[in-house]
Amino acid sequence: MPMLNTQGLTGHYGDFQALFGLDITVGKNESVSLIGANGAGKTTTMRAIAGLLSSPAHMIQWKEQSIGNLRADQVAKLGIAMVPEGRQLFPSLSVEENLKIGAQSARSGPWKLNSVYELFPMLTEHRHKPSTSLSGGQQQMVAIGRALMSNPEIILFDEISLGLAPIVIKQIYTALPEIVRDGTSALIVEQDIKKALQYTDRFYCLSEGRVTLNGDSANADQHDIVQAYFGN
Amino acid sequence: MDWINIIVQGILIGGLYALFAAGLSLIFGVMRLVNIAHGDLIVLAAFLGLTVTASIGIHPLTALLIVVPIMAMVGYALQYLLLNRTMGDDILPPLLVTFGLSVIIQNALLEVYSADPQKLQSGPLETASISIGSINIGVLPLLMFVVAIAVIGGLQWLFYKTAIGRAFRATSDNADIAQLMGLNKAHVFGLAMALSLSVVAIAGIFLGMRTAFDPASGPARLIFGFEAVIIGGLGNLWGTLIGGVILGVAQGIGAKINPGWQLLAGHCAFLLVLAIRPKGLFPRVEH
Amino acid sequence: MSVTVTRRSNASTIFLIVALLAVVLFVAAPWWAGRAELRLFGEFFLYLGLACLWNLLAGYAGLVSVGQQAYVGFGGYLLFALAIHFNVHPLLIVPVIALLGAAISVPVGLLVFRLHGAYFAIGTWVVAEVFRLSAAQITILGGGSGTSLPVSVVKSIAQSRSDRESYVYWAALFLVLLIVSISFAFLRSRQGLALTAIRDNEQAAESLGINISRTKFLVYVLTAALTAALGALIFLQKLRISPDAAFNVNDWTAFVIFIVVIGGIGTLEGPIIGTLLFFLLRESLADLGTFYLMILGVVAIVIMIRAPRGIWGFISNKFGIELFPITRRVL
Repeated sequence: MPMLNTQGLTGHYGDFQALFGLDITVGKNESVSLIGANGAGKTTTMRAIAGLLSSPAHMIQWKEQSIGNLRADQVAKLGIAMVPEGRQLFPSLSVEENLKIGAQSARSGPWKLNSVYELFPMLTEHRHKPSTSLSGGQQQMVAIGRALMSNPEIILFDEISLGLAPIVIKQIYTALPEIVRDGTSALIVEQDIKKALQYTDRFYCLSEGRVTLNGDSANADQHDIVQAYFGN
Repeated sequence: MDWINIIVQGILIGGLYALFAAGLSLIFGVMRLVNIAHGDLIVLAAFLGLTVTASIGIHPLTALLIVVPIMAMVGYALQYLLLNRTMGDDILPPLLVTFGLSVIIQNALLEVYSADPQKLQSGPLETASISIGSINIGVLPLLMFVVAIAVIGGLQWLFYKTAIGRAFRATSDNADIAQLMGLNKAHVFGLAMALSLSVVAIAGIFLGMRTAFDPASGPARLIFGFEAVIIGGLGNLWGTLIGGVILGVAQGIGAKINPGWQLLAGHCAFLLVLAIRPKGLFPRVEH
Repeated sequence: MSVTVTRRSNASTIFLIVALLAVVLFVAAPWWAGRAELRLFGEFFLYLGLACLWNLLAGYAGLVSVGQQAYVGFGGYLLFALAIHFNVHPLLIVPVIALLGAAISVPVGLLVFRLHGAYFAIGTWVVAEVFRLSAAQITILGGGSGTSLPVSVVKSIAQSRSDRESYVYWAALFLVLLIVSISFAFLRSRQGLALTAIRDNEQAAESLGINISRTKFLVYVLTAALTAALGALIFLQKLRISPDAAFNVNDWTAFVIFIVVIGGIGTLEGPIIGTLLFFLLRESLADLGTFYLMILGVVAIVIMIRAPRGIWGFISNKFGIELFPITRRVL
């Protein structure tokens, strides 16, 4: 049974159309990656699902409920969390306050301050520091922790590893199975196609606002992906 | 001795100016909104206090229990129904809408209460004073000052120690991302305005107890509050208290030299600070 | 294939003809209009001038001032002071007042430009208050209660009352034509285009290589000078001045803001439409007193929320008309 699916999702920024009828499905407990060149519509898709971009209600279905027209805060309360591109922590909040803001939607579940600190132990010593004083990798951990604090049923990771050091990327991907256990799904935007295929169950390749290829990550054909990547 | 007395009175009146300023500073901090109708809302609260005290015969301080919640509700509704529609990158709409609001409130008050100056009668409190040496300190101005400290301390606590304060700061940092965390921007802004107008209600009641007011008194209160905010430093709540005190003392000294110079001296103090320290005396330090 | 680029359109050509006819008609007004109408026309032009200037300031340069009454009052007071003390024809003093208005606006501008956005607005208001309180301290001009223009000075404009009123009227008409022409020429200039660009896109303007803050300052000084000249004529028409009348925020700023917002901020046509509508409303609703002002406030708020570019913005958007040819189009 699909948890989340989009039905002919379109997206516009003013007069500019970024998405042309996307059909994407994420099942329970599944991790799915979105790959594609810059401007292919990956971030727009994420923003539309998260409610930052308003769509006609039926275009986004969550557990067979139409949610396209909901505001981001309403979407968050349904159990859809997002780790935005570039971390986007709240600079005037401390690390711990950033995490606490994540719990704002007041959903119950396994994720609490303690469990986030267990997942990313190095955050513990920085808990009362301003979030801006952390390194990029640590900030990404806070951003992930902040999303987990809402005990989501699906997490949207936008550019999960962009701008991070290789060692940090490794740490984050090592933590990923921890995150997607217990029936949590993930939709991941990743620049690195190899990583994307390695850590997810299925993938969608976007080009110019359309799905050009999708399938199981394990059986993906390198040549097909390159073709799809450039929209052929 | 005269001069010490003037300075003490100036400091105490500074508490009232800080109350004018705190509400202004708060909404600017949360949503970058400058409410031109702020002063008129203070006067509206004073008139509400007048109606409440006159109709049920209670003390103005007791009337706070009624006026504060009413103003808070007015604030939430105002923000939610009207001002939220004007929020965006363009500064013109909120500015002009609150300017229109200012004209509407002034004229509505004129229609309902006439142009006659009014005052809130607070009985023995008006004349009560305590003497320290040769200085006489009125109990009412002292109470005002203490309340100002309490209000600012309370706001400070709310901002930095509570969940709602966290929500205010997060929304101020980045409203979109705050929305992703389940915070409804429209609601958070509504709460911020409700809080601002609660402070406005307190300021209005104390204004009415201390001096005569009429429907046209609003703009001057906005200007005093604004000057206190800028002198103290944008975004610094305790700074507004210091700004208010500097303004009060400057006005007192001006009035002592020549009665016509009271307001002028206050404005000059403000312009002087603007000239030498445009960010105010105590700008907020990012931490 | 040849491509022609033009700013002119049919609508703007027709408008030019109508406008020229109107100017001829208005120049001749002292011969065909009654005394009350002439006074109303004069007032109309002075408000139109104020509206055009505030529009240039807020609508184009993004400098939302609620303290332009500082310059209206400054001009008025200066006219009284100079006309009383120097034996010169009052109308000849007006250009001098414009220069002095520009001179005083430089230090004032340097101060208020330290504030941004809405805080700039309140800062300008504080300056206007300082001007008002200072004027109230000038005892030779009547202090807080103000003064009337002495009969000898009034007579020096012209011996007969009707001549006098005609002269002041023509001066107002001339000044507003000057203001409209200056705004038009300015907006067609490189700097004007850059200003229009910052309204739409800050980066684009920077890339034009124009110093935005200097252009903004220039607009501030220019509008201050012309606002002072308008103030001089306003009080030459009234023949009486007081601090509260001269530096009145409602009369010289609130009404002007409503005019521009309702007519269409950031368009040259807007102030004209707004002033027309304002006078129509005033003549028909002024008996309502405070309600009239409340209605004006409500209308301005509704327009700001529903149609932020005002009545003219709505019309030009819908029909693509432009009366003042500023935008270049490819034919």
